[in-house]
Amino acid sequence: MKKILIVGANSAIAAAAARQWVGQGVSLVLAGRNPDRLSALAADLHVRGGSAVKIVEAIYDATDRTAHAALVEGAWNALQGLDGVLIAHGSLPDQKACEASVAQTLMELETNALSVIAVASLLANRFEAQGRGVIAVIGSVAGDRGRQSNYVYGAAKGMVGLFLQGLRNRLSRKGVRVVTIKPGFVDTPMTASFKKGALWASADQVASGIVRAMERADGEVYLPGFWRLIMLIIRHIPEAVFKRMSL
Amino acid sequence: MKRYQSWGRIDAEPSRVYALSDRQMALPTASFSMLPFGNGRSYGDVGLNRGGALLDTAGLDRFIDFDPASGILRCEAGVQLDHILSLAVPQGWFLPVTPGTRFVTVGGAIANDVHGKNHHVAGSFGCHVRQFELLRSDGSRRLCSPQHDADWFGATIGGLGLTGLITWAELQLRRIANPFLWTEAIRFRNLQQFIELDAEVAPRHEYTVAWLDCLAGGAGRGRGIYFVGDHAPSLTQLPLYQARRRRLPLTPPWSLVNGLSLRAFNQLYYHRPLATGQTLTHYEPYFYPLDSLLEWNRMYGPRGFYQYQCVVAPEAGAQALDRLLQAIARSGQGSFLAVLKRFGDQASPGWLSFPRPGYTLALDFPNRGDATLQLFRELDAVVLDHGGAIYPAKDATMPAEHFRHYYPAWQRFSAFVDPAFSSSLWRRVMAA
Ligand SMILES: Cc1cc2nc3c(=O)[nH]c(=O)nc-3n(C[C@H](O)[C@H](O)[C@H](O)COP(=O)(O)OP(=O)(O)OC[C@H]3O[C@@H](n4cnc5c(N)ncnc54)[C@H](O)[C@@H]3O)c2cc1C
Ligand SMILES: NC(=O)c1ccc[n+]([C@@H]2O[C@H](COP(=O)([O-])OP(=O)(O)OC[C@H]3O[C@@H](n4cnc5c(N)ncnc54)[C@H](OP(=O)(O)O)[C@@H]3O)[C@@H](O)[C@H]2O)c1
Repeated sequence: MKKILIVGANSAIAAAAARQWVGQGVSLVLAGRNPDRLSALAADLHVRGGSAVKIVEAIYDATDRTAHAALVEGAWNALQGLDGVLIAHGSLPDQKACEASVAQTLMELETNALSVIAVASLLANRFEAQGRGVIAVIGSVAGDRGRQSNYVYGAAKGMVGLFLQGLRNRLSRKGVRVVTIKPGFVDTPMTASFKKGALWASADQVASGIVRAMERADGEVYLPGFWRLIMLIIRHIPEAVFKRMSL
Repeated sequence: MKRYQSWGRIDAEPSRVYALSDRQMALPTASFSMLPFGNGRSYGDVGLNRGGALLDTAGLDRFIDFDPASGILRCEAGVQLDHILSLAVPQGWFLPVTPGTRFVTVGGAIANDVHGKNHHVAGSFGCHVRQFELLRSDGSRRLCSPQHDADWFGATIGGLGLTGLITWAELQLRRIANPFLWTEAIRFRNLQQFIELDAEVAPRHEYTVAWLDCLAGGAGRGRGIYFVGDHAPSLTQLPLYQARRRRLPLTPPWSLVNGLSLRAFNQLYYHRPLATGQTLTHYEPYFYPLDSLLEWNRMYGPRGFYQYQCVVAPEAGAQALDRLLQAIARSGQGSFLAVLKRFGDQASPGWLSFPRPGYTLALDFPNRGDATLQLFRELDAVVLDHGGAIYPAKDATMPAEHFRHYYPAWQRFSAFVDPAFSSSLWRRVMAA
């Protein structure tokens, strides 16, 4: 892979992956919402990558429905084609606030699910046409089961997971790989206010897993790997029991 | 999970930690005092803020600009020297000054105005800082350099993290032809010989430092090995170098550093065969022998350890150093790492900078409670007698009145301390 679009490049996990990629000489389109953070990231990658890699910045707000097509078109032209995309943007909703506001619930679904599906769809068609490409999306273990503490987020991540399953099924014979990344707890600005314990991974660790997965995986990748087992257990708790648990 | 403790394993859990990730962002408005936290490589309490907040700068780790033609590097303050080396060495540039570990941040290196083995020719880290941005709790941002806001520049270099948050800094790197150094080791039998050797050899070499066998008594007192090094010029063939990193897997329940292991180590180390003439050495083992054993500080066990680093005036020479060694020998507490170096007279822009002309001695001591503290007070007496000072980056115990004596600029400095900033060390040395 030589040319990658990163959507939500300001995410700590995505930025860590971007550093690894420029180290390998990969050129990048960085799409992000906050322009100051985006240029700070681009400058850092310029210094690390030297003149050999091309870094392009694109301002992108996932809640703007006119933005998806423009982003994909612009990125494709800027690097004259793409080999892969990492969709990383996301927000961790305030579950209680969502319960009180339908508007906020829908907005969170827009950010965490619909925008992701829009960008993935547009790139799927382009990758299908060229007969190769990798679509990687950061989902979450939270998408594996609905829990009272964050089911709006979980529903969005779960929708993305199902959508990608179908997309993978459609593209599996077209040379296009579809990778669903499911991180557990990651120490990033998104989780700054959480108390951290033994299960927590660093953004760097998860980024390494993503870079590796985009090289060869085609399916669902839990990061770190032990989450596959944890989620297997959680998914198999009977609903009659689960509904009384406070997870 | 990240622990906020000092390298000497002093614990002072802060009440709150703010992980900074964006240099444009304002400082948090906390009801308690704040202190920037670099990478926790200071030994004592300079980087701790018991009961207050820490501003963790690990997320301020972006490069901003690097010009491979001039060697001028601009980066955020949480960038570690290790990352600068990975970037710059392949492009023919090296740190202008480096401490004995590369796992320190640029912000930490400025705030303690760190020194290296080239102090006698290059001065301290602060001498190579071209400018930086200082963010204060009132939201103001100052661009500080020797020309612009020079007072803030002088107060912040060696300013112990108290004048505000350094968000980014610009450094002048030093040209090299390759990652290797020509090094040489020379044995000396006593302090007088060290001083003569240093006077003769140091002017000809960029890097000099000596290891002292501080357990040897009688005629052997003050014996050690003197190391010199110089960046190698262009070579047609470079040796192979393979980095190895190991980690002390757990904290042993008691200290592995005791009288027996120390004596054996020092004896062996002093008598180890030295290569004759010069050897070509990669910069990693040369500058950072301890970094290959990650978290080596755990070998001192759960009680941790202290480091004592002082400087004594040049004219005090062998006599002052000898008094220090005698006091250590009498106390029966040895030090694994006893490092001796002569500082040069290049002044730092930093008002509270530690390096000053004279001989600096750095020692590690396992924490034996009162016995260790009593030894430190004895050593202090020698330092005070000989126009010396103690290095705050390594200190956890110096009495307040000593600090003010060693750093007479403290009064002028206090006016530049950010009203929302404080540290465990600062409260200790400002206590009435
Ligand atoms: C093995 C070893 C060898 C060493 N050798 C040497 C040596 O040879 N010479 C030498 O001089 N020192 C040496 N040291 C000490 C070390 O270089 C200093 O303590 C250094 O300052 C540690 O940097 P840090 O990034 O870990 O900062 P910390 O220890 O976390 O903090 C140090 C100080 O910097 C302040 N600070 C950190 N970031 C900022 C910022 N962005 N803005 C404002 N203030 C900030 C903190 O508030 C604190 O006061 C050594 C330490 C070790 C462990
Ligand atoms: N941290 C975890 O524990 C964890 C666990 C599982 C999954 N994840 C997922 O991992 C991904 C990356 O998150 P992170 O942990 O790296 O957190 P992060 O650093 O907070 O990154 C999230 C990024 O999403 C971007 N974003 C949010 N809303 C946006 C919008 N409307 N338009 C464009 N960009 C928007 C933000 O961009 P700006 O900075 O430009 O505003 C922010 O940089 C997310 O999808 C998250 O759900 C995280």
